[in-house]
Amino acid sequence: MSSFLSVRDLRVHFPTQDGIVKATDGLSFDLERGQTLGIVGESGSGKSVSTSTILGLHRKTRAMVSGEILLEDEDLLKISDEEMRRKRGRDVAMIFQDPLSAMHPYYSVGNQIVEAYRVHNDVSKKAARTRAIEMLDRVGIPQPDRRVDDYPHQFSGGMRQRAMIAMGLVNNPSLLIADEPTTALDVTVQAQILDLLQDLQKEFNSAIMIITHDLGVVAEMADDVLVMYAGKAVEYGPCREILTHPEMPYTWGLLSSVPEVTGDVDAKLVPIPGSPPSLLSPPKGCAFNPRCAHRDKVPGDRCRTELPELVPGSRGPHHLKRCHLADPDQIYATEILPEIAPDLAALEQNAQTQTPAEQGTDTGVEDK
Amino acid sequence: MSTKLANEPTAASAAEDRPILDVTNLKMYFPVKSSGLFRRTVGHVQAVDGVSFRVQPGQSLGLVGESGCGKSTTGRLITRLHEPTGGTIDFEGKDIAKVSAGKLKPLRRDIQMIFQDPYTSLNPRHTVGSIIGAPLAIHGIVPKSKILPRVQELLEIVGLNPEHYNRYPHEFSGGQRQRIGIARALTLQPKLLVADEPVSALDVSIQAQVINLLQELQDEFGIAFLFIAHDLAVVRHFCPEIAVMYLGKIVEIADRDTLYSRPHHPYTQALLSAVPDVKQAQVGGRRERIRLQGDVPSPINPPSGCRFRTRCPLAQEICARVEPPLLQIGPKHKVACHFPGELGQHPSKPVTPGLLGVDSTGLPDPAAGPAAELSVGSGYSDTWFDLANNTMGGKA
Repeated sequence: MSSFLSVRDLRVHFPTQDGIVKATDGLSFDLERGQTLGIVGESGSGKSVSTSTILGLHRKTRAMVSGEILLEDEDLLKISDEEMRRKRGRDVAMIFQDPLSAMHPYYSVGNQIVEAYRVHNDVSKKAARTRAIEMLDRVGIPQPDRRVDDYPHQFSGGMRQRAMIAMGLVNNPSLLIADEPTTALDVTVQAQILDLLQDLQKEFNSAIMIITHDLGVVAEMADDVLVMYAGKAVEYGPCREILTHPEMPYTWGLLSSVPEVTGDVDAKLVPIPGSPPSLLSPPKGCAFNPRCAHRDKVPGDRCRTELPELVPGSRGPHHLKRCHLADPDQIYATEILPEIAPDLAALEQNAQTQTPAEQGTDTGVEDK
Repeated sequence: MSTKLANEPTAASAAEDRPILDVTNLKMYFPVKSSGLFRRTVGHVQAVDGVSFRVQPGQSLGLVGESGCGKSTTGRLITRLHEPTGGTIDFEGKDIAKVSAGKLKPLRRDIQMIFQDPYTSLNPRHTVGSIIGAPLAIHGIVPKSKILPRVQELLEIVGLNPEHYNRYPHEFSGGQRQRIGIARALTLQPKLLVADEPVSALDVSIQAQVINLLQELQDEFGIAFLFIAHDLAVVRHFCPEIAVMYLGKIVEIADRDTLYSRPHHPYTQALLSAVPDVKQAQVGGRRERIRLQGDVPSPINPPSGCRFRTRCPLAQEICARVEPPLLQIGPKHKVACHFPGELGQHPSKPVTPGLLGVDSTGLPDPAAGPAAELSVGSGYSDTWFDLANNTMGGKA
């Protein structure tokens, strides 16, 4: 049985005057209904390009797209523009980062929702308007029957984002793509929006892809996590697993460069040195190698010459990583975790001292 | 800090205790004009409404709050980009709130600002060298021939290649541009830096670089910071003392440990519970969030009494009638709430009526004694309101 959404070896390359920009380079993942996939990465890592390709938003003359995007076994890259247009907004919908620029300033919020609804449903204007009010109410906008005639600028940031969500969900899409849905919002509003997305997901059993650079948002929302760097997936697996036992130095870097509201105040932030590479000429070998603190642990300079495959590491078949490091778990447990979360490290330590007792003696003897 | 002070003679410690910046009852009302010919003033946006705080030399105070709470306006008032409607800004013992525009120049040497957006705060037509060197030329501090060496020195301090002084801003990445903005702010060796969301426009991996840089600069040059941000985690990391603002007012101000581990204001508690936390997910499960309903009300016509009451889960009658004073409830902890308490332990009766001369619903109470003398100053006093037995009995 294949997945609800299955992306296979997706490549999106943009030919430019300076060369080919490999914005997305061989991306594969699966997503089931009712599940949430978090895609994490810095600006320019290819997360938005990948998802807008799923919506068919790239003109074929401008972008070279290859691979497969199977939505319920139908390849979205093979269907005609006309068919894609019918799917877009009905089966697959998107919530954009900045609702002020994603909404039309000349049309009332209600009109825009009505338009999205009537494109896919043969209903009267009146029925569509009722539906729009119902959706605004559903996403928690007060007095929806009055606000439906307001223009986007009359809404606050959080309300605009709610209206965007209402617009996205008006046709009950089975796949919802949220591109940085809360980045422009304050934390209390962000919490409201994330709660709303989760409630709606339960109700409609939709699949959600949430693109973000905030690992905290991923931790709260996602079932699976895909970490992207320079157009490629560098780590992919279940959310808890990736956040507790990351195996790729870039993920370590993301975790250790973000301060937290809990935990040790004096823990020093460990930034990732340098900046993300240009996608025109990504570094040879592993794209992360110029910024990686651990590349010297790999013998034979392989990080600089040979691109690692995205393969399961030592933690089972579901946790994929793209890294040459032989013992990432060991490095994470002994070097990274004590730095970023001494309390967690201590917990791990305790857990480990208990297990060797039954396994044998090799590590247990050291701490008597 | 306290151990260092204890070792020194008292006179010196008193001098060190004198804040570099002492803001009292600062107000900024922006007029709202009517449309039409006469453009009458029809109201005011109360962007900042009676804010008091202190910053010690070489220390950092964090200002957090949601957009529109007045934190950026506060920063702009301190740098005197706006002239405040009321209140005082004592900088090194001199009130700069009403200094005329012409006399601001010497002030600019001591107070500088780092802006949020490194893309719009650097002139695209100027080279980095002339951007960083401009303050030196304007203030005539060094002869022209010495400007370039100083620019190169500054570039090196902020971790950029000193040879890049003749490049233009567009040739740099976001993080590098923010470093240029920081170098420009450092040029005149200011005593106080107002950093308005210095990292929020940057990628996560770059944010940590810039935060660490600011921390190193503070240690090295002893610069005091007013650090404005909406990211509670970043502020916690950077500032030993933090003020939380809501609709133009400080609702809670405390040292870092107190504010993050024992917040007493329901708004602070809601803010903290709303922050998604990676570590929480690592140890399993998510925290219960306090859901705040709705949006921040308009500052043109803020709610009566406590401004947070429209979204507050604890609000009672008194909250609509009387504004809660910013009450000191610990050695370094002030909170503006009628029902202050740790999460889940808020008192069922307001604690403030005795102090304000009102009854528990907020109506004037003739039986109550005269309103107690409440400190409205910017600092902390040695005695405070003891929440345990409802008296001004707290003492260090």
